[in-house]
Amino acid sequence: MISRTERSANYAILLLFAVFALWPILTILAGALGPDDAGGPGGLANFPAAWAEGRFGGSMLTSVAVSGFVVVVAGVLSIMAGYAFGTMRVPGAAVLFPLFLLGLMVPTEVIVVPLYFDLRTFGLTNTFWGIALPQVAQSVAFGTFWMRAYFRSRPPSLIEAGRLDGAGSWRILWQILVPPGRPAIVTMVVLTFMWTWNEFLIPLVMATDESLRTAPLGLAFFQGQYTSGLTLLAAAAVIVAAPVVVVYLFLQRHFIRGMLEGAVRE
Amino acid sequence: MADTLVAEPATTAPARRGRLGPSPWHALAYVAPALVVYATFVLYPLGRAVHLSLFEWDGLTLATFVGLGNYVEVLTDADLRAAFGHTLVLIVFFALLPTAIGLVLAALLTRARLRGLPFFRTVVFLPQVVAMVVVGVAWRQLYAPDGSVNDLLSLVGLGGVARAWLGDPTFALPAVGVIGTWVQTGLVTLLLMAGISRIPDQLYEAARLDGAGPVREFFAITLPSVRAELAVALTLTVIAALKTFDLIYITTGGGPGNRTSVPSYEVYNRAFRLGEVGSAAAVGVTLTVIIFVINLAVAWIGERR
Repeated sequence: MISRTERSANYAILLLFAVFALWPILTILAGALGPDDAGGPGGLANFPAAWAEGRFGGSMLTSVAVSGFVVVVAGVLSIMAGYAFGTMRVPGAAVLFPLFLLGLMVPTEVIVVPLYFDLRTFGLTNTFWGIALPQVAQSVAFGTFWMRAYFRSRPPSLIEAGRLDGAGSWRILWQILVPPGRPAIVTMVVLTFMWTWNEFLIPLVMATDESLRTAPLGLAFFQGQYTSGLTLLAAAAVIVAAPVVVVYLFLQRHFIRGMLEGAVRE
Repeated sequence: MADTLVAEPATTAPARRGRLGPSPWHALAYVAPALVVYATFVLYPLGRAVHLSLFEWDGLTLATFVGLGNYVEVLTDADLRAAFGHTLVLIVFFALLPTAIGLVLAALLTRARLRGLPFFRTVVFLPQVVAMVVVGVAWRQLYAPDGSVNDLLSLVGLGGVARAWLGDPTFALPAVGVIGTWVQTGLVTLLLMAGISRIPDQLYEAARLDGAGPVREFFAITLPSVRAELAVALTLTVIAALKTFDLIYITTGGGPGNRTSVPSYEVYNRAFRLGEVGSAAAVGVTLTVIIFVINLAVAWIGERR
């Protein structure tokens, strides 16, 4: 059906864009594996060196803690709220649900200013909670929306059957509706994890103490301090990007499908 | 990135509530925990931002009520106007260019049924996954005077135009823009590929029988069929252009001069460096209103077909 010229043209374009997409990623990988900044052989030894030099032990731990907390708490709260909005009559849903939708549009830039000054009053800036809770709130706006769409797609008969068997709404949720919803939940978890791990502005404003810096923040400060050390900087960048990239590469088929199905429904 | 990775929800019929269904208060109890966190850390701060935007405040001493003064400043202050102007340039690079490229790519790739498609999908979406801070660090190396952008230019005989791209008053903003194109093209391509793959084959077969070439096919069938996906792609990318804080922070810090300063960077700079909290809040609220209007406009256009 498709001519040979068209076919080779397609391959050429595909290749060109694959190169464009991979070029900066391969550059930073090559930089990270190159000879170290003192002229030594470098290679894989650059990673432990960058880890130690940039004190990434602490910042990676903070990132793991913050991301884990946000993913779990926002996930559970979103599943509960989405369940209610999707299958029950929530009083005031006509106002409440659009209010959650609003959260999809509110940029971090506008809430971070009052958050900083109000949380400062309560002594919550420079704490784990000051970094994590605002991100739970932002993720909950998306998660509620996302999970509601899933719960609405469940046949009502499933819930009826559960009720006839004497299951309460809590058991119906976790034993009947959640297990087959794994694809929708995994997509939500990957997105939440990605956004939280990569978030920069909230930790930048909230964490004035070095001990609370997240990994991206650690990288930003590392860049500021080691302007000449390109090799270690590249290695540090790879370390910071790796967790999300690895999760993405493992789950990408699943994740891309879930995301596209959620993005446009007709 | 995409806090707003979604269009309108599915239009399936709402689940009926059985006779023995949960009571209204029971239902509310499921929503309450999410609502409390969300209201405390998003809704309340949003209201507070509007409130703060009416004051002149340095974050420490007493605030002075200035009414809409800070908003007048958004319209009249040369630096702020420049920042909003820079956003328009970024929209070209973050939204229009990726959409144009994505359309062509997606149309070719979906129709051609090439081998290696899963690999390509994985690769083009990869930039979306990498933290902006890392993206910034990587591109700073590419743009450096001895970086590979200049290497490439001298390789093709254009060594004369080589420069420190991010430090050049004329080219810094487009240089940041190209990074946006790099990040967003994959997302747009993927969204449009999903839309195009839903177009029935018969439409294309009919067009081919009528003697339509690939170009006619594209304008007559492909383009009109992906309106919804185009709307989502444009919403996401335009909003990404409006919210380029971390990229600017890492690559240029708004410079040289204020050539790459953008509203989201001004919010941070004013609130946490210059001690102009009210002004920062007003810029933030303006940004929110713009995002809100764009969402409404795109939703409105999307529904009018």
